Amino acid sequence: MRLTPEEEAMIAGRRGEAVRDALRYQLAVGEFFGAERFVPITNAHMMGDIEVMGDGGLGWLRATGARRARACVPTTTNARCFDFEHAARLGQDAGEVAKERELIACLREMDVLTTDTCINYQTLYQPHLGEHVAWGDTGTVIYANSVFGARSNFESGPAALAAAITGRTPEYGFHLDRHRKGTLVVRIEAPLDDLADWGAVGKIVGEKHQNYYAVPVFAGPGGRGGVPRDHLRRPPVADELKHLGAALASYGSMGMFHMVGVTPEAPTLEAALGGNRPVDEIVIDAAALERVYAGYDLRDRRATLVVFSGPQLSLFEMKTLAEAFGGRKVHPGTQVFVTTSHGVKSAAHSLGYLQALESAGATVLEGVCFYILQNLSQMRIANGWTNMISNSAKIVNIIGAHRFNTILRRTRDCVDIACSGRLS
Amino acid sequence: MSAPLATIRVARAFGPVVEGEAVVSAEGFSPRYDLDRWSGLITKPGHKLEGTNIRDKVLFFPTAKGGIAAGWAFFDIKHKGIAPKAFVFGVTNPVMVQGAVFAGIPITEGWDPPPGEAVRTGDWVRVDPGRKVIEVLRRAQ
Repeated sequence: MRLTPEEEAMIAGRRGEAVRDALRYQLAVGEFFGAERFVPITNAHMMGDIEVMGDGGLGWLRATGARRARACVPTTTNARCFDFEHAARLGQDAGEVAKERELIACLREMDVLTTDTCINYQTLYQPHLGEHVAWGDTGTVIYANSVFGARSNFESGPAALAAAITGRTPEYGFHLDRHRKGTLVVRIEAPLDDLADWGAVGKIVGEKHQNYYAVPVFAGPGGRGGVPRDHLRRPPVADELKHLGAALASYGSMGMFHMVGVTPEAPTLEAALGGNRPVDEIVIDAAALERVYAGYDLRDRRATLVVFSGPQLSLFEMKTLAEAFGGRKVHPGTQVFVTTSHGVKSAAHSLGYLQALESAGATVLEGVCFYILQNLSQMRIANGWTNMISNSAKIVNIIGAHRFNTILRRTRDCVDIACSGRLS
Repeated sequence: MSAPLATIRVARAFGPVVEGEAVVSAEGFSPRYDLDRWSGLITKPGHKLEGTNIRDKVLFFPTAKGGIAAGWAFFDIKHKGIAPKAFVFGVTNPVMVQGAVFAGIPITEGWDPPPGEAVRTGDWVRVDPGRKVIEVLRRAQ
């Protein structure tokens, strides 16, 4: 890689050991991908919690902090594994709680804002077209690339933190024009009425093309103008694009999509493809969607766990969910979990949505995502959970290692299931 | 040194030379979705390698799945002593590379020919990132 004089000085250790080691690490990653240079970033978003980092990661963080590592661009954190208010009731490990508190203190010492949200793109920072950032989790990255036209690769915890410390990231992948062009076309010919429908579209496309560099272009039905928003009942809203992106990233490991007439780099199908010849054309009609919902094994049809999480809910999702429960009660023996950010929970409290959800019997957790909760496998066993029902296609996919049997349903169906305790 | 029984050329590679027993998967991989990060067993129900322990293996996966968590997870499993010797991907994503580099675990991407034709689970293989080759040294008994 070509280094600037400033980067040469960093490698030589003139800005300290922490900066030197962070840049060396980034250099090794950049060279793997054939990057020619670094690009400056304006913002970093990192995953860092004790459940994923473990004792080894915490030890590394402690040592790095002791070498005076500091974020030099605004840096925020992703959802973590504890909502401290609920840890004891959920049977989470007190020793791990203490480690998580130490980990948070370490990050704050490094000038990282511990915001604990996976919807930073809805609640904290919206980069502009062409702006380079270093973000993770995957849902944040695909949203940044696709909806904002900003530029980020999937940056895992250590990579995003290294970028925060050096203020730059290797230029490969979605920082380069050539990887941002569409590679396949998806024709949406179904009405997408629910967030789960958008997630199901992401599942269909992602499962068929598991490739970081596959970039689907969503278009309307062939011969009918090609703009999905003309075919859908209305233009898609942020929460719908969020569930679509999260599912594409989860099932397909994808980091970018286009939607003709909707996303900034797709004024037309031709512009979105940028001269690429699509490798595939997928048609998603109502029957394809129904096949997704029909494809789940319902086991004994008991519904003891319903989850609204992954990504955290926006304020608008909190409102919709509060209204859907509308005075109803969660079935005895069924537990409902909702996860959101600190800020959204606070606003939901001011507006009464939080009280509506809690009086229905739902547990609202802040600063976490359900699937990364510490001790989740043990929690599953202790509660006798087998089926997990959710309107999030992403969480239905990623919670598998904890041995849940997962089932995707539309939001209102999830609410009905929660109140009846039965799957149908 | 006797000639290898088969050689796979890889497009991109990181890390020192290692040898180990091959595990060839027909399905992609995520340390977050598929792996029990305490035992090293692949536990996702229905995964084509369900029940396989990854410790000290050279793992061949066609693809990477989702998941930012690999960045810390590889370091975590190395710290716990249950890391594989190397990751060999057909197509991977940056997280897997960032995670493997951070943990000092060799990783490669892109293969010619695909392992299905050249290497089987149980074979003893050498991963040489510097030369960008994977060599089959002994066949499974």
